Amino acid sequence: MIHIKRLQEDGTDVLALIGEIDASSSIELDLAIAKSVGEGFTKILIDCSSLEYISSAGLGVFMSYIEEFKDKNIKMVLFGMSDKVANTFEILGLHELLQIGKDKVQAKTMINEL
Amino acid sequence: MANLGLAIFLALSRAFIAEMRTKAIIRLLFLVSAVTWLALLFTDISIVLSTTNNIKSDVPQWLPRVILNLFILSLYFYYKLKLEKDEILNFVDLLWRVFATGLVATVISLAIKLLDIVLGSTKLTTHVLFIDFVYLVNLPLMIGFLIMAFTAWKRLILYQKSKWLLRLWNIFEWGLLFSLIYNSLDLPLIEGIFVPLLVAFIIIGLVLSGNMKWVAYLNFRQKWTSLLLLLLTVFYLMYGFFTLSSLTETLGSKTTFFTDYRDHIFILAMMTFVSLYSIFSFLVILFNLPTTSVFEQKLEEVVNFQRISQSIQTEQNEESVYNILLETSVSTVFADAAWLEVKNSETTTRVYTYKITDAESREIIKHLNDQHVKGVLDQGSDKTRNLSKHLGSLKGARFRSILAFPIYVKGENIGTLALLRELAEGFNKEMTKIVSTFANQAGISIENFRLMEEALQNERYKEELKIAKTVQKSLLPEVLEQDEDFEIAAFSESADEVGGDYYDTLRTSDTEVALIIADVSGKGTTAAFHMSQMKGIFHSLAQQCIEPDEFMRRANQALVYCLERGSFISATFFLVNTATKKVHYSRAGHCPVLYYHADTGITEYFRDKGIALGMVRNRSYSSFIQAYQFDYKSGDIMVLYTDGITEAKNDKGDEFGYERLADVLVEVKEQLPKDIQQHLIEKLYEFSGTQNINDDYTTMIVKFK
Repeated sequence: MIHIKRLQEDGTDVLALIGEIDASSSIELDLAIAKSVGEGFTKILIDCSSLEYISSAGLGVFMSYIEEFKDKNIKMVLFGMSDKVANTFEILGLHELLQIGKDKVQAKTMINEL
Repeated sequence: MANLGLAIFLALSRAFIAEMRTKAIIRLLFLVSAVTWLALLFTDISIVLSTTNNIKSDVPQWLPRVILNLFILSLYFYYKLKLEKDEILNFVDLLWRVFATGLVATVISLAIKLLDIVLGSTKLTTHVLFIDFVYLVNLPLMIGFLIMAFTAWKRLILYQKSKWLLRLWNIFEWGLLFSLIYNSLDLPLIEGIFVPLLVAFIIIGLVLSGNMKWVAYLNFRQKWTSLLLLLLTVFYLMYGFFTLSSLTETLGSKTTFFTDYRDHIFILAMMTFVSLYSIFSFLVILFNLPTTSVFEQKLEEVVNFQRISQSIQTEQNEESVYNILLETSVSTVFADAAWLEVKNSETTTRVYTYKITDAESREIIKHLNDQHVKGVLDQGSDKTRNLSKHLGSLKGARFRSILAFPIYVKGENIGTLALLRELAEGFNKEMTKIVSTFANQAGISIENFRLMEEALQNERYKEELKIAKTVQKSLLPEVLEQDEDFEIAAFSESADEVGGDYYDTLRTSDTEVALIIADVSGKGTTAAFHMSQMKGIFHSLAQQCIEPDEFMRRANQALVYCLERGSFISATFFLVNTATKKVHYSRAGHCPVLYYHADTGITEYFRDKGIALGMVRNRSYSSFIQAYQFDYKSGDIMVLYTDGITEAKNDKGDEFGYERLADVLVEVKEQLPKDIQQHLIEKLYEFSGTQNINDDYTTMIVKFK
């Protein structure tokens, strides 16, 4: 089960992921990101500090946006991952394709520098 | 087949014989009644002839009476069989039969009367024998008519019978038949009970005549027809009674030795009963006429209701249910038009209309919304509303009454049914109730329909999974490559939902063996499908003796065109060279290899660089993948696995994890791969505390010699 909280901070859309993302709840993540993109946000922050688990399907969602974001010049930064979640990203090699910050402050600087 | 054919033939022929038998019996009974009538004619006339000439007759006095009773009996069974055979007769047909019999009897009787009139008042027509003959023609005709009517009335009375009614009827019928015996024996002993017996029969007949349930099932037209038929039947009866009584009067003044029906309980009881029931039926139908339309309407409601409830079984989609709902509610409350507004999504609705245009209905909805009418039309309220008073202010509208109902599916308001009439105050409370029942039923039908769809979908999905699972199993190798330098054991167990774990081995040369372990993202059929692609890629690329990083590059290139958005495959590919005792490998986002160094007793995970296949879909993938190598020594163990193992959870929610996996390996490092694997699986099940795994467990264990 996943709960996604959205809030906007000076032109940046912040999605806070709370709970676990598995095959079924990955659809919600996909919808949330799609909605954000649909609303025209070019800066998206993903708050993973309350994300307890993410399955490969959830990682697939992030992965699927990489090229689209590159084309549309949309910036996305993830931050606040627990070691366990970070490990899942690292094993797959996704950390090399995604921008991952330590905390919100770092993430914000990253997104503005990109 | 031959046996079946024979059986059918036998059954048919048996039925045919039974049918023929009944037909033959009916014919025989008719013949018997004709013969007995002739015998009655002969004996009675001969007695009258003898007595009027004061000669002692050879024929005993009691004979005509017995013959008459025989005639009655045969006719009784004739009509009984004849009518019972016709099971599909409806009420009007039954009345028609009675009427027809009466008509025939009356026409014959009238013909004789005409002959009488034509002949004039001659010696012949006033002769006792002629009168007796006329009487003996009229009486059987009357009896025939009575028995026919009696049999028909029986069917009408016993329509929707109760136990009690059936019992009473049996008493009546058998009593009447027994009275025939009483009539045959002219015992002075029982002379006294004639009147009480007759009265008893008349009373039972009266009670039975109260059963008129069949009348309610006639429609308006049938009622008119029945009235006419019954009126004519009563008329024939009256005419018959009159003719018979005048004949007996005349005959009685000349002789006392004829068979007088006035002593005959059966005939008298029949006459009273048949006339009573005919008159009662006539009156009941007459008084029922004004309320027929109401009954018909009720019946139609029931039929309509049934149509709605059955629509779920027969209709293919929700739209049909909506249309049936519209049609039935309109016809039940005599509405002039109706519409059904169904929510498509949160903001849009679809309107199904009946005898009204979409535009017109939208206009009314808009008008009511503009007037800020609080009611079901805004779909916020959940009560049936009569919104008629708000229609008055809509210019140019042809409707003056509107009634709106909410429709619920699983407690959620999915739409609104609105009924319209051109008449002001066109709906009453009764109609409101009926249509709200319809709306409820339609809601249930739609819900059932959706549930059934879901169930079907589930069933299909399960079937698909079964296939996917079979496919997945068949993709895994049955036999693994073995070598003098190493030994391999592998294991894969998938959860109910098929995953895409894949492992395989392939010997590329005398000194080289390729190994792969992969995990396809996603589940179900797509996972199995991607797994088969991976297998194809492995078998074609590994044979070309390319380096592991090149293998990954080419695999990625091949998979770019197969994997849909969001799908990827993590894999690790190994080339074990037994000549150089080196292992070359490349990791594409797969779980790091667990390696046990026999010489130092240390375990480690190879956390090398490399991203999963399909994640980068262009040439730049090359920069994310690398080849690594190590030398193996005897006793070294390599554990390949998928994330199902490290992510296996216990009841506290803790994961099995990397450390536990390494610890488990060290515990059994001396054993054969097969036993190491066995131990690992046992530990895994022990940890998760259940045999029901919720992910795929896959391991491949390689032990170097």
